[in-house]
Amino acid sequence: MLIGKIAPGGVRNSEITPRSVYLNRRHFMQGTAGAIALAALPASAATNERKKLEGVVKTNFEVSPDESLTKYDSVTGYNNFYEFGFDKDDPKANAGNLRTRPWTVKVDGHVAKPGTVDIDDLIKPHRLEERVYRHRCVEAWSMVVPWVGIPLKDIVERFEPTSSAKYVAFQTLLDPEQMPAQKRSSINWPYVEGLRIDEAVNPLTLMVVGLYGEVLPNQNGAPLRLVAPWKYGFKGIKSIVGIRFVEQLPPTTWNLLQPREYGFYANVNPKVDHPRWSQATERRIGEFRRRDTLMFNGYAEQVASLYAGMDLAENY
Amino acid sequence: MSSMRIPEFWLACVIKPSVFLASLLPLAWLAWGWSTDGLGANPIEATTRFLGDWALRFLLIALAVTPVRMLTAWNCLARFRRMLGLFAFAYAVLHLLSYIGLDQFFAWATIWAEIVKRTYITIGMLAVLCLIPLALTSTKGMVRRLGGKRWQKLHRLAYVAGVAGVIHFYMMVKADVREPLIYGAILTALFSIRLWNGRTRQVARPSVARKAKRA
Repeated sequence: MLIGKIAPGGVRNSEITPRSVYLNRRHFMQGTAGAIALAALPASAATNERKKLEGVVKTNFEVSPDESLTKYDSVTGYNNFYEFGFDKDDPKANAGNLRTRPWTVKVDGHVAKPGTVDIDDLIKPHRLEERVYRHRCVEAWSMVVPWVGIPLKDIVERFEPTSSAKYVAFQTLLDPEQMPAQKRSSINWPYVEGLRIDEAVNPLTLMVVGLYGEVLPNQNGAPLRLVAPWKYGFKGIKSIVGIRFVEQLPPTTWNLLQPREYGFYANVNPKVDHPRWSQATERRIGEFRRRDTLMFNGYAEQVASLYAGMDLAENY
Repeated sequence: MSSMRIPEFWLACVIKPSVFLASLLPLAWLAWGWSTDGLGANPIEATTRFLGDWALRFLLIALAVTPVRMLTAWNCLARFRRMLGLFAFAYAVLHLLSYIGLDQFFAWATIWAEIVKRTYITIGMLAVLCLIPLALTSTKGMVRRLGGKRWQKLHRLAYVAGVAGVIHFYMMVKADVREPLIYGAILTALFSIRLWNGRTRQVARPSVARKAKRA
């Protein structure tokens, strides 16, 4: 992986070897089997391979000792990523064809430095951190995932938001050819999400590019996804192509679909039930008995102050 | 279409046992899944959903017997109706037990609160409750004791259970409502065939009433 290794002399990545050629050459050098697989399945098979990320720094973001990491196969095989199908095993089965390079992210709105940035240029200036976070789905299951990413705060600051930037709105890729379930109209694609600006720059909020020390698998939202661990998983928008700084509260996909069930904030809260099920407990994937759900998913110390004085039953 | 003539021996000794064994296949698949860790990352949820799916499927299959007879005059199908209905009941009970025992681990206070509070669970419970008297009165003796007419009236609850089952499924789905809608469409079609047949042709009403009288 190129991440963490900045090309010397300010030479842009694009001026050196095209990434696809570079990757193909690596695969070729990995042996005949790889070469044969590549010949048979050009771009698609390559994207499903596991690639280690270099220069990842471990941080002290950890969970309690009685919580262990969720198995890699579960983290990457049990996903809600409706662009690739509505069942939990659909994303893994259908996301192989997503082309995550070249990939650009358009940053605009109330910022001093808007622009369309290549994903590698977006990542390159930053140190990659591994953070072990609890991941709580609104469907009352949860995981513990070693994400690799960059604090969103560091990225946000590069674009110099103005004082009018009260919210950050994110958008997923819209491409029904690559994301087959976007051909269905049950959701108004593309998927959109948003955070209040103070939530976005909270030290916990992470722009994720990997997990388990490896490049983020497509089914987990490659090449770039959001992780705000005190919120329900659906806030963690995947395969991001747009970041817009806005003044008004931005629309969010699940809220548009079922406003009574999914709010803008979507903070994990055992006391505020989903209308159709309790949020008091959760099933940790890989465990038999349910666990009690923690306020703000166990991150109250870091984020409770963001919501001081707010009625959380009202602002769910 | 003429009525199929299948020798009694085949019906009683080959076809019926085969249908019985085939109806156990989903359970075998589930047991295989548990023993090989093949039910995915969330086997408890997979089990509950799988059993619920099959409860609804068997209910629809059992409910299809009479309409199919009306359309085709394959009267021998009536021989399978009770068994299929009992399988629907069995899968529905297992579905409920999976929710109680595996999903909630016998947290009775929570379970009761959920049944009362969550409309989709309330409706699901209603479906199971509807099936209980049907299972209890499924024997020949009970048909006789109730009398055909009353037995038939009671067993219309199967349609209530079907409607409740489809609504229960529809309500628990987050966004992709295609599958519950398909079940709903099948149920509507089955009911329409009965109504249409009852109004226009008056042919081959289920013979339970007559059989009961003869018995």
